[in-house]
Amino acid sequence: MKYSVLEILRQGLTGNKGWQPLWRNPGPKPAYDVVIIGGGGHGLATAYYLAKTHGIHNIAVLEKGYIGGGNVGRNTTIVRADYGQKGNSAFYSHSLKLWQGLSAELNYNVMFSPRGLLELCHSDGQLEAYNRRANMIAAQGDQVEMLDRAGVRAYAPYLGFESARFPIRGGLLQRTAGTARHDAVAWGYARAADRLGVDILQKCEVTGIDIANGKLQGVQTSRGVIRAKKLAICVAGRSSQVAGMAGMRLPIESHVLQAFVTEGLKPFINTVINFGVGHFYISQSDKGGLVFGGDLDGYNSYAQRGSLSQVEHVAEAGMSMIPALGKARLLRSWGGIMDMSMDGAPIIDKTHIKGLYFNGGWCYGGFKAIPASGSAYARLIATGSLPDYAAAYRLSRFESGHLINEEGTGAQPGLH
Amino acid sequence: MRITCPHCGARDSREFSYLGDAKMAAGKGDFASVYLRDNPAGAHSELWQHVMGCRAWLEVERNTSTHEVLSIREAGK
Ligand SMILES: Cc1cc2nc3c(=O)[nH]c(=O)nc-3n(C[C@H](O)[C@H](O)[C@H](O)COP(=O)(O)OP(=O)(O)OC[C@H]3O[C@@H](n4cnc5c(N)ncnc54)[C@H](O)[C@@H]3O)c2cc1C
Ligand SMILES: [Zn+2]
Repeated sequence: MKYSVLEILRQGLTGNKGWQPLWRNPGPKPAYDVVIIGGGGHGLATAYYLAKTHGIHNIAVLEKGYIGGGNVGRNTTIVRADYGQKGNSAFYSHSLKLWQGLSAELNYNVMFSPRGLLELCHSDGQLEAYNRRANMIAAQGDQVEMLDRAGVRAYAPYLGFESARFPIRGGLLQRTAGTARHDAVAWGYARAADRLGVDILQKCEVTGIDIANGKLQGVQTSRGVIRAKKLAICVAGRSSQVAGMAGMRLPIESHVLQAFVTEGLKPFINTVINFGVGHFYISQSDKGGLVFGGDLDGYNSYAQRGSLSQVEHVAEAGMSMIPALGKARLLRSWGGIMDMSMDGAPIIDKTHIKGLYFNGGWCYGGFKAIPASGSAYARLIATGSLPDYAAAYRLSRFESGHLINEEGTGAQPGLH
Repeated sequence: MRITCPHCGARDSREFSYLGDAKMAAGKGDFASVYLRDNPAGAHSELWQHVMGCRAWLEVERNTSTHEVLSIREAGK
């Protein structure tokens, strides 16, 4: 069923009885051309672009839990194109362009809202660094501008301009950045892929990968053996476990990142604010909740909940930058398991096993990447080569020294 | 999470700084020991430094799924 104004009218006049589930609930077939492990944003987008752009329809997405239960439904939904490293900047620039047309592309409202992103600067040195970054963003062709203190005050008057420790000197503003509705992105891609014939199999955990003579055969799952010509790993925080089933060791550690939401409030935060020095960022959801977060807890973790010390740190940082935040009541906090790569940049590549592909290492920034990652990964799987905008994301770069280290922190993922 | 330092007793994990998999430090500085990780969901031997205490480096065995600390000893001993 295609969604349209006409369809709403038609359903409204017939008692809204004709709406169908967003996707079918098929049983597994014995074999597929492409099996994708992981029904998060990246897995679902990959399935969609394989079917839509490359005409491959005999595809299954295997998800051990439910669609939207992983990081795609746990993140703070910030979409931006403000990366400085070659390799990253072209990729995220391309992804932002795909976001702009995504609702129409999927025939599903992902509520992409380019409400702007403001990164705060507190010292001369930081202003210099952000001026340089702004030039790199502009050179890539993306919108960016630098604000002085008065400009920041006019744009976001609720910030703590009296802070002695972190005086606001200015900020980098990207007006084309913003937020989207995370669940809608997962559901929209799932529905669009399903409409093109992709089987979405929930509660289907991959427990083994079958390989013979260096060539992929298929997978063992909680719903039986499934044969596959090609297998695409897309499991975010579980990357090491699933790649381990094929005997691979990855340049990845899993870390927990927390996020927080307050009760719904009237419109207050008009943009996305990043207070990088204090490890705090915030936006307001369309429902009115203030959505915010900070840094990783800092040590390897597979617990989808975080430590209290990080809760305290984020609350302190938030209060110091937006004093009024102290009046809001916190509704919930939660955690997601990040696939932290050794240089902070992702991996989209073939592996040494014929027919086996790997996508992961998205760290805390893989939501904004979903459209570009899905289309690049689909192209790799269908044609054997990556598009130019994703060509730097090779698995071999760690060995060859072509790292893409945005933060300059070295091979210590907890510090990215 | 609490970590029991052999010198200072049970302390809040905030007093410690985390380095990562203990295998890294034992490695020869080659590609695999610098860049590749086992990254287990379960028991993990890792290096922590008691930076706000005695500054000793500790090798802590911890379950990465439950945060239960399984054993602690001074690193390299
Ligand atoms: C708190 C938080 C805030 C974040 N904020 C942002 C942000 O503001 N902007 C941004 O760009 N990014 C953000 N991110 C990062 C972003 O959410 C992730 O990088 C991205 O969602 C990861 O890709 P995914 O959607 O495919 O992952 P997931 O949704 O985690 O998908 C992976 C799926 O694989 C499944 N799986 C695992 N093992 C198996 C198996 N053996 N068999 C079958 N299925 C399996 C899992 O159940 C899971 O559903 C944030 C993340 C968190 C946790
Ligand atoms: Zn001590």
